This record gives sequence, C-alpha cells and structure tokens, in this order.
Amino acid sequence: MVKDNKPRKIRLSANPTAEALADLRIGDIVYLDGTVYTAREGVYKRVLEDGIAMPMDLPADSAANFHCSPAATQHDDGSFDLGAVTATASFRFSKWIGPWLAASGAKLIIGKGGMSSKDYREHFVPHGAIYLTTVGYGTGALLGRGVKQVSNLHWKKELGLAQAMWVLDVENFGPFIVESDLDGNSLFERENARISASLDKVYEGTRPAVLKRFGETDDRSDEMI
Amino acid sequence: MINIELIQKTAESLMAKAAIEIPDDYLTGLQKAANDEDGDLSSFVLEAMLENYVAAKEDRRAMCGDTGCPRWYVKMGNEAQIDGGPIALEAALRRATANATKSVPLRPNRVHPLWRTDHDNNVGIGAPEIEYGFEPDGNWIDLVTVHKGGLFGTDYRMLFPSDGIEGIKRFYLDSLVAFGKRGLACQPAIIGIGLGGSKDSCMVLGKRAACLRMVGDRNPDPKIAALEDEFKELGNNIGMGAMGFVGKSMVIDCNIEVGYCHTGGMQMSVHAFCLSSRRAVARIYDDGRVEFRTDPAWFTDYQRRETVEW
Ligand code: SF4
Repeated sequence: MVKDNKPRKIRLSANPTAEALADLRIGDIVYLDGTVYTAREGVYKRVLEDGIAMPMDLPADSAANFHCSPAATQHDDGSFDLGAVTATASFRFSKWIGPWLAASGAKLIIGKGGMSSKDYREHFVPHGAIYLTTVGYGTGALLGRGVKQVSNLHWKKELGLAQAMWVLDVENFGPFIVESDLDGNSLFERENARISASLDKVYEGTRPAVLKRFGETDDRSDEMI
Repeated sequence: MINIELIQKTAESLMAKAAIEIPDDYLTGLQKAANDEDGDLSSFVLEAMLENYVAAKEDRRAMCGDTGCPRWYVKMGNEAQIDGGPIALEAALRRATANATKSVPLRPNRVHPLWRTDHDNNVGIGAPEIEYGFEPDGNWIDLVTVHKGGLFGTDYRMLFPSDGIEGIKRFYLDSLVAFGKRGLACQPAIIGIGLGGSKDSCMVLGKRAACLRMVGDRNPDPKIAALEDEFKELGNNIGMGAMGFVGKSMVIDCNIEVGYCHTGGMQMSVHAFCLSSRRAVARIYDDGRVEFRTDPAWFTDYQRRETVEW
C-alpha cells in the first residue's frame, strides 16, 4: 500500500514561543524537549477549588501540562523507577480547563482524545494554547523512553501516586499529534466529519432496538417501546 | 500437591510478561492491519504502536502506562491440589499483584469507588478479580492474567428475539462507532461479543470472548464462526481506524460466545480488548513443572458445557 502524505515531524520546546505554536498544523507529529508536569482532577481541585498555592513556578518551570499518571514507583530512599507513561482522557477536565490555563499559563495541554472545539475556542485560543494528543493510545513505552528523569514529585501524600504532580525532564518525548491549533480547529472533529459522511451506508441492513433507552430520547415522559 | 510459593512466583512473572510482551497472535493481527491501512494518520499510529511493543521488550518496561485492571482466571484440573487450598491461592495471587505493581512497575489504578482510597498496589476490595474454571482430569493449575484496559468500549443491552441479526448488528456498530471516535476504545481491538445467558453471564461471556480467545480462532458452531468473520469485516468497513482517524483498522478479530438465555430475551454485550491486549498464561504441575504460554485455551468443550450430561 502506498503511504503518501506522511505527516510532518517537529521538535518543540515544552516552553514554546508563540511563533513555534503558530507554525503548527493539526495532524503534525510533535516531540517535546524540556520539562513537563502532570496535573489532572486532583491537582485542579486543590488549586482551583481549595485555593492551595501551586508547588511550582508556572509557566516559568514548564508550560506543558500532561494529563497523565505514570506507571512509576518511588523507592524508600526517594529515588524513582519510572516505566511506561500513558495519558488519561482529557474531556473529563473540561470544567477546570479555562481557569487552569489562566492560573498556570500552560501553552501545551497533552492528553488522550482531545477536548471539544468549543473548549478550544473559549479557553485555549484566548490563552494562546494548543492541545497535543498522545498516540495509540498505548505508546507508553516510547513515552517512557523520552523521560530523562523525574525531577520532582509534589503532593504525593495529599493526592496519591496517580493524582500527584510528577515533574518530568524530557528529551525527544513523543510522539504526539497536534489536535488543536491556535485558531481552535480540532483534528478529531475534522476526521469525525469525514467518517460520518459515509456512516449511513455502513448502517444499511441494521435496525434500531425494539426497546429504546433514555439517551435515545431525551423526553422522560416518552414510552420506551 | 502444587507448591504455593511456586504459584506466587509464577504469578509475579506472569504479571510482568503480560505488561511487557504483546502476545504474538495480537501482534501478527496488528502487523497485518498496519500493512492494509492506507489512512495516513491511522498508519502513523499503527507504526508507532509496533515500535512501542519493541521498545517495551527492549527496555523491559510496561507497553502502556495505564495498567488497566489486572485480573486472574484460574483453571484447575480435577485432580489438582493446592498447598494451603483455595484460600492460600487467593492470597498468593493478591500478593503477586501487589508485588508486581511495585517491581515492574505498573500503574496503581485500583481505588475505592467512593472514597478513592488507593493502596498504590492494584489490590483492594474485590480487586483483583479472581475467576475460576475446572477441567476434567489433570493435576495442574492454569494461571491466566489479563490486564484489561478501557473505561470505554464496553456496553450491554437487552435485545429481544424480534431484534434479530439486524438489531445485533446495530448494537455492534453503535458500540464501535461511539467508542471508536477519538480512539477512546484504543482500537484496533479484539472485540468480544456475549450473546444470551443472563445480564451478568452475558457480560462475563463477552469479556472472556475478548480476553481469553486467540486472534484467528473461531467458535466451534460454524454459523457463529461465519458471523465472527462477517462482524470483523463489518467493523473494518466503518471507515474509521486507529484513534478515530479516517482508516480501516477497527477490529483485529471478533469473537462471539453464547449462552442459553430466557426464551423472551437476547442479551448482548460488546467488549474491546485494546491496543495493549495483555494476557499471559502459565500451567503449573504438581511435580513443579511450569509452562508459560499466551493462549489461555479457556473455551474448551467442557467450559461451554458441550460435553456435560444432564
Ligand atoms: S485502553 Fe489499553 S492501550 Fe488504551 S490506555 Fe488503556 S490500557 Fe492503554
């Protein structure tokens, strides 16, 4: 099979310039250098809802927030053993993302599956931020290779290993795919639209279930039969 | 008598094997999908996954950072006896799960559903799940560990005889399309379908169809085997590939398992065993021999109760 139109591959700083971000197109493949940190619902709640001061100087230390809990252990002597690194689905963090971008100055949100283009337009675009999606999503070993060292682990006691803030020094860390650009376009939504165009044909010869469920109708007074 | 320390030691190496080494049957299926795929982004994803499996083995690190939920399937020959009995066996499997979470390392995923209490070792109330099967004859015990990923990709529905094959197809497609968007199911996957039984056993059948059968094997009922082929084809013709990008790799294989159900119903469950289709198996004999493999060989005639009288 001929595979033309291979996507572009780009090295990007984890504290990228506005010009570097403007140059990215959705569908580009990106590898990161610098420092990234993990923050998900545990960190968001602590900072945004409980008003607890951040343990890092953001965005000076890093402008790359990774939605992730690594497969890692901290030994009794404080050293780390980090294996694979895989992102967690980002759409669940929608309600915190606007305030978080404002508070953290993050320019790169890295995760699984992207967010909606509404989130991009309302929250990412005003802050000059973009979304990078991990690949697969099971490329945990490749991403693990890109981590040079765990430089810090914040709030382990308060949040547990999975929700704690892991600070990772990375080099050629990837691959990631550019899911949103500075205009708020979404690669996933573009692909969805292309696929949806032919779905009716795929569904030919099937039929809806005899007994419906809520969700297939939003009118709670409807009968399901 | 099967030695309990040997069981725990074997279980610990199974945890590492499952996490690090992609089983050959799934790998071969994915390589084929990568060759056939012509969507540019989907192709890139599949190539990256193939590199990822190599990196995992070279570095001896987990292939995916998300461990999913490690679980155990235990099958015992009718003559097998375990040092300390089934209670000691369960303790050994829980210890092995906790130890391997630290030593591999794996991600400690398991928390209390309400209080989110985390023991940082994938062990807790009812976790890991341990399920049992038995086989006539045999003085061995089979340990199967599956690290099942995917909060997305699984669904259950009560269908009825009048829904027919058209209704089954609709629910199958709905599940793939809904969870395939943005690649939430981490496809291409091994899709397991449970048909019939009752609600709980239907879910169990579908999950086992996804996790405990090999890519390429077929249900012994030739008409169900034909459906498996048809459904695999159908899934790969949605127009969707890896990560929900335009493409044609959704389904590495489709496995269907059935159970007799209520005359008025036709339960159906759909399960996706993801890009990290992690399973590892060992047979431990009472003379101390241990044989590792990747084929759970779970669905024997006896497991389907084909050979049991009434
Ligand atoms: S579904 Fe599978 S490949 Fe995807 S993140 Fe979970 S374990 Fe990894």
